[in-house]
Amino acid sequence: MASPTAYRKPLPTIDVWNKPFWDACREHRFIAQKDNRSGHVWFPPGPVCPTNRSSDWRWVDLSGRGTVWSWVVFHQKYYDGFESEMPYNVATVELDEGPRIMTNIVNTTNDKLRIGMRVGVTFRDVDDRIAIPLFQPIAEGGT
Amino acid sequence: MADWPLRDKICMVGIGTTAYGSFPETDSYGLGAEALGKAVADAGLTYDDIDGLIVNRIPSYDRFAEIVGLNPRFTLLTETPGRFSAISLMIAAQVLAAGEASTIALVYGNNGRSQRMMYGGGAGTWAPWGMTSPGAIHAMMYRRHMHLYGSTSEQLAHIAVAFRKHAGLNPNAVMRKPITIAEHQASRFICEPLHLFDYCLVNDGAVAWIMTTAERAKDLRRPPVYLSGFARQDTLVESSTPDPELWYPALQRVAAQVYDRAGIARDAVDGLMIYDNFTPTVVFSLEGMGFCPRGQGGEFVRDGTLELGRGRLPTNTSGGHHSESYMQGWALIAEAVRQLRRDECGERQIPDCDVVQYICATNCATSIIFRR
Repeated sequence: MASPTAYRKPLPTIDVWNKPFWDACREHRFIAQKDNRSGHVWFPPGPVCPTNRSSDWRWVDLSGRGTVWSWVVFHQKYYDGFESEMPYNVATVELDEGPRIMTNIVNTTNDKLRIGMRVGVTFRDVDDRIAIPLFQPIAEGGT
Repeated sequence: MADWPLRDKICMVGIGTTAYGSFPETDSYGLGAEALGKAVADAGLTYDDIDGLIVNRIPSYDRFAEIVGLNPRFTLLTETPGRFSAISLMIAAQVLAAGEASTIALVYGNNGRSQRMMYGGGAGTWAPWGMTSPGAIHAMMYRRHMHLYGSTSEQLAHIAVAFRKHAGLNPNAVMRKPITIAEHQASRFICEPLHLFDYCLVNDGAVAWIMTTAERAKDLRRPPVYLSGFARQDTLVESSTPDPELWYPALQRVAAQVYDRAGIARDAVDGLMIYDNFTPTVVFSLEGMGFCPRGQGGEFVRDGTLELGRGRLPTNTSGGHHSESYMQGWALIAEAVRQLRRDECGERQIPDCDVVQYICATNCATSIIFRR
């Protein structure tokens, strides 16, 4: 069972399609669905590939790398669990495999965020069931 | 090519609006009933003439119909986001054109302010990262626009200042005190890069419209306002994240249809009503409809372009969602009708107003061209 924790941020809403994703996060693996014929990779998880509507897909490990598409900084409190980190950032990251996700960029400061910066996944363990994928700057050439 | 079959076939014949503010003594049913009563009287009709009903933001269509004593042939409750104001109008036009109703009342009622409605928070795909609220999506999109095109927050200030100026001419507007560019820039960040004055005003209030066919509209109390054209294009693929094209391709498709359908050129538009839940949508709308080249919307709105008595395109003459009240497009469309009647807007009347265009830049992009 989960140990007592001070974690107060919203937890993911787990459904039948995203459960494998969150199960993998717990093991610090970053995965997505990939269509077996077209090779299309998508997120959030769903029952069929949105480009060819096929259910012939599999879960694949992603590189965990991507590029910041845009970002914002929240100054208004919507969740008590984020209060201590305000103002906090949220970025849209375009993953190298194609899908775009939203996440927090950690291990940097908001004034260093730039569109086009390269980031890689890292995990924050919430309890023994949930780990949240976050992204941090990585040292490599930008694209 | 043959003319669009719906061109000028359907009219707005009655308009009713309540005061906007905080009214905890009533609710969306009470406000909606008040607006409907005003719209029916404005049209010179009776409740017995209404055989269609579309209800929006009011929780239950059947309870509302029960309250106002209607047994329509056609009744519908539409989804709550503001993009459904124009969508409700389009559905009503299609129902009227198909003969499935002869006179439709469309009623919007919102008591979000007294209910302390918060747009944001709660569960959602991105809640674990604190990503929530429509404003944050627009902030994310506008940051991208700034990056791609060099647009600025200060450009958005010109939009907020223009709409506040218009609100000063509208006795029913909630926020009427003029603001300056500097005050916009000094207002606190809500979701950076958007400031407080980039956000709309949540209030209680209601709006009702009565729509009927051009045939029936001829004999009614007020001069009809014609729906010359409308068009819609949705962007729902990958819509869990902000559209990488900032809705531009969808808006361009709408633009490619709406002027043709109306038989009215963009240059003939006398005034605009732009769905302004957040100031960046005004930039996206102007670019998408081709009033300026892509990426230049920020520059375009500077120096009073949208200001009554000053610029070429008076926009949101009521004060819009930023300064009149956030009535989710419903009050903007009421304002379009009032402008085209030419005798209800007082100081804020657009001179010689013949054509008004409504534009809504969202993941269901819409535009409507109204004429007198």
